[in-house]
Amino acid sequence: MSDLLRLITLQDANTRVVLLGAALLGLAAGVVGTFAVLRRRALVGDAMAHAALPGVCLAYFVVGERNFAAFLIGAFIAGLIGAGCIVLIRAHTRIKEDAAIGIVLASFFGLGISLSSAIQQQPSGNRAGLDTFIFGKAASMVRSDVVFIGVCAAAIVAIVAVLARELGSLCFDRGFSASIGRPVVWLDFLLMGLICLCAVIGLPAAGVVMTAAMLTVPAAAARFWTDHLRIMLVLSGVFGIVSGVVGVGISALRPGLAAGPLVVLVAGVIFVVSLIAAPRRGVAAAWWRRRSLRRRVLLQNLLRAMHELLEGSSPRDLRESELLAKRAWTTTQLTTALRRASRMGLAQPGDHPHAWRLTPAGVTEAASVTRAHRLWELFLIEQAEIAADHVDRDADQIEHVLPHDVIAALEARLVAQGRLPASPHAIPVVGSGGPHA
Amino acid sequence: MMLHEGEWWTLLAAVLCGIACAVPGCFLVLRKMSMLGDAISHAILPGLAAAFLLTGTRDLLPMLIGAGIAGLATAVLSAWITRMGNVPEDAAMGVVFSTLFALGVIMISLAARNVDLDPGCVLYGEIAMTPFTRVELFGASIPRAVIILGSAAIINSMLAAVFFKELKLASFDGALATSLGFSAALIHYCLMGVVASTTVVSFESVGSVLVVAMLIGPAASAHMLTDRLSRMLWLSVILAALAAGAGYLAALYWNVAAAGMMSVAVGVEFALCVFLAPREGVVAKLVRRLRLSQRIAREDALGMLFRSGEVRPGSALPAGTVRGGIGGGLRARLAVWGLSRSKRVSSHADGMRLTAAGESDARKLVRSHRLWESFLAKYLGLPIDHVHEPSERMEHYITPELREGINAELRTGLDPQGKRIPEEGE
Amino acid sequence: MTVAQATETAVEVHDVTVAYHRKPVLWDVDVLLPAGHLIAIVGPNGAGKSTLLKAILGLVPLASGKVEIFGRPLRKARSLVGYVPQRESVDWDFPIDALGVALMGRYGRLGWVRRPGKADREAALTSLAKVGMADYADRQISRLSGGQQQRVFLARALAQDATLYLMDEPFAGVDAATERAIVDVLRELREQGKTVIAVHHDLQTVPEYFDHVMLLNMRLVASGAVQDVFTRENLHKTYGGRLTVLEEAAEALRRV
Repeated sequence: MSDLLRLITLQDANTRVVLLGAALLGLAAGVVGTFAVLRRRALVGDAMAHAALPGVCLAYFVVGERNFAAFLIGAFIAGLIGAGCIVLIRAHTRIKEDAAIGIVLASFFGLGISLSSAIQQQPSGNRAGLDTFIFGKAASMVRSDVVFIGVCAAAIVAIVAVLARELGSLCFDRGFSASIGRPVVWLDFLLMGLICLCAVIGLPAAGVVMTAAMLTVPAAAARFWTDHLRIMLVLSGVFGIVSGVVGVGISALRPGLAAGPLVVLVAGVIFVVSLIAAPRRGVAAAWWRRRSLRRRVLLQNLLRAMHELLEGSSPRDLRESELLAKRAWTTTQLTTALRRASRMGLAQPGDHPHAWRLTPAGVTEAASVTRAHRLWELFLIEQAEIAADHVDRDADQIEHVLPHDVIAALEARLVAQGRLPASPHAIPVVGSGGPHA
Repeated sequence: MMLHEGEWWTLLAAVLCGIACAVPGCFLVLRKMSMLGDAISHAILPGLAAAFLLTGTRDLLPMLIGAGIAGLATAVLSAWITRMGNVPEDAAMGVVFSTLFALGVIMISLAARNVDLDPGCVLYGEIAMTPFTRVELFGASIPRAVIILGSAAIINSMLAAVFFKELKLASFDGALATSLGFSAALIHYCLMGVVASTTVVSFESVGSVLVVAMLIGPAASAHMLTDRLSRMLWLSVILAALAAGAGYLAALYWNVAAAGMMSVAVGVEFALCVFLAPREGVVAKLVRRLRLSQRIAREDALGMLFRSGEVRPGSALPAGTVRGGIGGGLRARLAVWGLSRSKRVSSHADGMRLTAAGESDARKLVRSHRLWESFLAKYLGLPIDHVHEPSERMEHYITPELREGINAELRTGLDPQGKRIPEEGE
Repeated sequence: MTVAQATETAVEVHDVTVAYHRKPVLWDVDVLLPAGHLIAIVGPNGAGKSTLLKAILGLVPLASGKVEIFGRPLRKARSLVGYVPQRESVDWDFPIDALGVALMGRYGRLGWVRRPGKADREAALTSLAKVGMADYADRQISRLSGGQQQRVFLARALAQDATLYLMDEPFAGVDAATERAIVDVLRELREQGKTVIAVHHDLQTVPEYFDHVMLLNMRLVASGAVQDVFTRENLHKTYGGRLTVLEEAAEALRRV
């Protein structure tokens, strides 16, 4: 408990430094990750994080000692070379991007592992701390490291903030951006560089796999909540900060647990929550929407079937077998719909078992449903060109979607065909029920 | 470099692992799902950890089951999230596998600290330990890893052989497969299951990095080399074995991590295939392009000499003029050199002349050119000053059949500018 | 055409609704397509033409309704159906030659595990020959021109020896020679009493190539013999007021 208190109150200087570093990293990764995800560069980020390793090792060979900045520069260059290889393979051979990513990732990383195993054997090799670049060790970060990471992260965030609009249009429609004179090639390079920089500065804190994850998970989670780029950027950044701080915090409390996986796991939890609970895109909302849509459509189909069976004749009871034959539905669906209609006071059991009749309210509702349906139908046929954008089965009321004059014109056509159910307040009397179209 | 017995076993294990991975890898690459292989190789970690926590052993069967479930979960969840969340496919995959990997690492470090399943082992395995865990089989003491990897290689090859037709169909055209009654989804998830279990059995010896390399690299290299699926499968197996062997020997020689060197070998092999593949390779393509460019330059030079001969019969053109007329530079120099070497032109004191052979070639060329001009003018209604340039390009590609086809169609002796169209053999 | 042919139904689409992401693409489509005809599905972009084919093939989930092929559910009629997808739907770098693709048409009757034999090879070669592609049998498919690729797809469907063929824009982006080859094949299929349902874009050639037409714009506008249904009024209903298309249609109508 006192540990937690110490952590929260940031009494420990080292914890303070590490948490700050994690927050900055999370912010940068979340912000850049937004574009990485939208531009479909998520796995390229993964490849660059892996490809950075031989750069670190070579930097060690060149410098000959643990030099954080040199390591990161080496990593950055190697990551970019890896990304360049992917682009070249995709452009000049029949090998597709996915395989190119996989090969670059694995062979560069393999080279890194081999080099680092060679370094370990050198007398000074153990002190090089290369392992932290593979698995990450947030706790081992010292103040100067954090300052370096912080400067990089701040630079990344600043660049993104300035160029958000340009990068956004690059992700949305590269062709269009190019046509209005945006330097898309350079923007693509810049984005690649930002992703690479982000992956590289994350390495010592979170390790290879986890760094790449931080470029993806917060952004993907943010995507569930919004369709606006700016909001997505902010949310993704916040998710990144939260996962970084909470993950590193837990790791500080439980020294046995590495920070990297914890950070990703926190981000993963945020993602799962977003996936389930986001108001529009979320699974729960989608499920609920689908369920109520299905129920409403079923009920409307029932009402329309009953209306059409009664159309042009005097009100009578309808047998279930009659209704069943009217549409392609199962007995269960029909029973469910009938039960719901009777619960809503629209239909009631008739004199015989398995026979039903519409209540007065049901008559009105059925007429209005049929009217809307026929208007839609006619609208689709007559004004097909614009129909595609306007079709929305959720709309109970055609009035909500179409302008009044269009409806009036459509109604006139229906009346001419004798197929307009009387307005909801009158009793249906006429109707030819003839075949349409 | 002499290998002792244990190293031979390790080498064999590496080769077998390569073979076991290369076969399903071919289908991953062709289905553009290579990264799903990468994802699965990471994401099986929690499956392994859960299997270990539940059974308390590292027996193969529970591990396989756990990994199979986790692997399939990766494939299913990625597809589901892509559909549900409007997230690009690669991002969905990245989210799923990295979260599962993180979960696995934490499960292991939380509850199984005394197990020798650590993240390092997950990434690059311990192939050097292969000879030390042995089992008795047929009276011989064989390393366990060799037996397991050997079985995986055999089972995977057999599956590919037995279901070759189905895998080919579903990889090429999933919709057709489904409409013919071979459920593409079923085949997809079976393939994912095979990838997951192959990853598991390869895991402890070579680690996930090498699994990814072996799944994708040899298959992609083989795809560069051939246009037939069956040959691609064979080649990928051979290439995987080669890379595994070469990588291991290199690792021994330089005394570095074996799994790493094998991945590097896969990468080097791929690079070689990309550059040197007989037909699809970068070098072959470059050579083809250079050859074409040379042929065009030579033909342009021939045409130039022929036309000059038309205007002033028997005259010669200075070599410099010819070279300048076809663009100059090294390309022109080479082309002219090639022409005189093949005795199409001869050099004289006053310049270059066509030989008899050159004359005949040039006549065909100019004939093509003028016929095409007439064709363009007549059938496409292009104005006369617009027909020369397209014909300049087209003359190099017109086959004798096409030439005579146009001639039969046009039946004219003059081109639009009124120049005579030379006959084939005058 | 015999009376029996005219009355038999190849495909019954019953109240079918298909929705992608909540947006209905097909809306209560209810139609009977007769056997032994060449049937064109015509409609503007986004009218759900390809989706209807996929719904008939069981490749997209139906939100409601059902599809029957020769009076049987798809599951039981699979062997009767041959499918020619759009050319963009496959990876042409795939390591397979033209014969290999045509051979795939025989897979359905082979069932699981059994390998194609000599007879299958010959059938595949014959169908390649029918579309004029026999000389290219061992050519890798990316080295074929667009029209040739389309013909290989057609050969594959022929090798299937189906009773009902579904073709997704077989004429899209092909050269004149291929177009003629496809038309010849279609006519031959009809003479053999087969049914072909093809998504078609070019209104001008509808009366020439097909004898039955289905006008679709998210819902069924009309379906019937070309001379009855392919009218100015129906086309207007299908395409709305698009002038260019209407001009095209007017041109087509003059030729009926």
